[in-house]
Amino acid sequence: MKKLLSILAVSVFALSANAGTLDDVKNRGFLKCGVTTGLAGFAAPDDSGNWTGLDVDVCRAVAAAVFGDSSKVEFTTTTGKSRFPTLASGEIDVLARNTTWTFSRDVNLGFEFVGVNFYDGQGFMVPSSLGVTSATELDGATVCIQTGTTTELNLADFFRLNEISYEALPIETNDEARENLFAGRCDVFTTDASGLSSTRAQSDNPAKWIVLPEIISKEPLGPLVRHGDHQWGDVVRWSMNSMIIAEELGVDSSNVDAMKSSNVPEILRLVGVEGAYGEMLELSNDFAYNIISQVGNYSESYERNVGPDTPLAIGRGNNALWNQGGILYAPPFR
Amino acid sequence: MRSNLNFFSDQKFRSLFYQILVVGLFAFGLYYLMTTTAYNLEKRNIATGWRFLSNPAGFDISFSPFLDYKATDTHLKVYFVGLLNTLLISFCGCIAATILGFIVGVMRLSSNWLLSKTAYCYVEFCRNIPLILQIILWYTILLQMPLIKQSKEIGKGFFVTNRGLYSPRPIYEEGFGIVFVVFILTVIASFFIRRWSKKRQETTGQQFPVLWTSLSLIVFLPLIVFFISGSPMSLGYPALKGFNFKGGMVIRPEFIAMFLALSIYTGAFISETVRSGILSVTKGQREASGALGLKPNWIMRLIVIPQALRVIVPPLTSQYLNLTKNSSLGIVVGYADLVHGFGGISLNQTGQAIECMVIVMATYLTISLIISLFMNIYNRSIQFKEK
Repeated sequence: MKKLLSILAVSVFALSANAGTLDDVKNRGFLKCGVTTGLAGFAAPDDSGNWTGLDVDVCRAVAAAVFGDSSKVEFTTTTGKSRFPTLASGEIDVLARNTTWTFSRDVNLGFEFVGVNFYDGQGFMVPSSLGVTSATELDGATVCIQTGTTTELNLADFFRLNEISYEALPIETNDEARENLFAGRCDVFTTDASGLSSTRAQSDNPAKWIVLPEIISKEPLGPLVRHGDHQWGDVVRWSMNSMIIAEELGVDSSNVDAMKSSNVPEILRLVGVEGAYGEMLELSNDFAYNIISQVGNYSESYERNVGPDTPLAIGRGNNALWNQGGILYAPPFR
Repeated sequence: MRSNLNFFSDQKFRSLFYQILVVGLFAFGLYYLMTTTAYNLEKRNIATGWRFLSNPAGFDISFSPFLDYKATDTHLKVYFVGLLNTLLISFCGCIAATILGFIVGVMRLSSNWLLSKTAYCYVEFCRNIPLILQIILWYTILLQMPLIKQSKEIGKGFFVTNRGLYSPRPIYEEGFGIVFVVFILTVIASFFIRRWSKKRQETTGQQFPVLWTSLSLIVFLPLIVFFISGSPMSLGYPALKGFNFKGGMVIRPEFIAMFLALSIYTGAFISETVRSGILSVTKGQREASGALGLKPNWIMRLIVIPQALRVIVPPLTSQYLNLTKNSSLGIVVGYADLVHGFGGISLNQTGQAIECMVIVMATYLTISLIISLFMNIYNRSIQFKEK
């Protein structure tokens, strides 16, 4: 009886969750992607209801790679708390939700981070009227934080290390935390520096807020998939890497067609003229061409969503390519 | 085959068969759920077990009035902080909801048009709007209170801000213990006075003003001792230092919003229970007691309420249970209860979803069963005693 049951259990779950996410996605006809409930620049619906953002572009790149059509994505919003169960249960295929890559999430929670699409660090934002210029002057302040994040743990560590007291106010979503900050329920808002820029851009008068200079943690943000399905992990990893490699090679959405007759071997491999790299992933050979022509390279995505010309106005900093002063580095396409 | 059929047409056998079938299916379903869960957790390399309880939590909690909590404490302590906060809001909510419910229930039966219509509007308005909206409404209103730097002082040491209500804090000095002991003694004494006066009334028919005697004992005797021993208590006033007030006591807006919403919402239900209880006492009872010359408030206290309680208490129990369970909605305003702290932050930081949820569910079950137990004991004590 017990044997029968376990066979039954195995067969039911072997069918549903882990095996062949790529096949599931292909059969379904669209990609299911988990994003934030709305963080401008990373994932937020625009005026006409289309999702845009740096994380959204990762999802669109994967859709372009699998289907040759970047619009075949269904977005699911997740909170800091619901994101992991949503991914683990198979409701989404990939989670691109400015999620920090940490040891315990990678190992203990059973996920696989496929890379980093934004190097971030935790910072503090205060009203400029407070006259505070450094986070070490925040003794006794009330701090709003989004709960269920690495932020919460870094915050406690930082204040403990500097031996200053504070009062934490953990809040469920970024939006609610923002409302609490704007209403003056707390003095300080802390999250990843990119999130602070995003929050500041959403206030009535961005000049009323300043971001303090301290960056108190490493926050490598990246997309992740379920542990164990390596083929699918490879698809997402190389969809993202292709965008970074394209920037490095100077290939963008405007010149990608012309690049098909380039004389640089790596470009020819990237756009699918030489070699059969797509086939190794069980995709078409021009998967990277589709990504670049429909979504663009990493630089285009960055400038469009979070770059200096957007309301967020975040310079490239660490997110510049490795040969341009940053740490963005993708393994070679060969 | 034939004997089989005969067996099945036996009513006793048939009912036994179906009962075993149902229990068997249920057990199978439970077993199936548990084995597949365990299988999947193992397959996804998700660690299970209770070890995480003794790991340091690493995060801070905004509201811990009973335990001294630090970020270096364990997840187990997070659990106790959350449990106490849940018990606190449930206890305060139940008391306030009961008082409000009794007042409004009686108001609705009043012959005064304005009073009864006000009560009617309150009940219909509050019990027909989802609780979560009421919590958010109260919280939003509280966030519109003055900013901390522009706080208004109402009375010495009392401040209203959108970070809470600040008040002076009593600081006990040496010698306050005597005052406390005297207070306890007067409370015990008033119990004896009550017993003595009851006995006296039964034997002689004479009444004794128990309430006033006890109250003045409990209030004045400790006060006299307090002043004789040289006022061994001072007040710590809140003062604005840096970002926040320091030195006083504070009630946070998260707590106030939860308290108001829970007690007003549940109070509306309780008032209907109270009204039905009072209406269940027949008019003849009141008329008869009036004819015996009892005063109106005696009629209420001695004749109507004791009989109404028999109808009121069972549904009142379920309102208490509802309020306790509804307190888990505190998560929408960041009230640091069991679900927010242990069932939320700890769960999320450790990833031990099943373990945390099992503990939280078992805790709510236990709290509910304890409330039921006490309410059932009380219910039995007020039932008709047939002699």
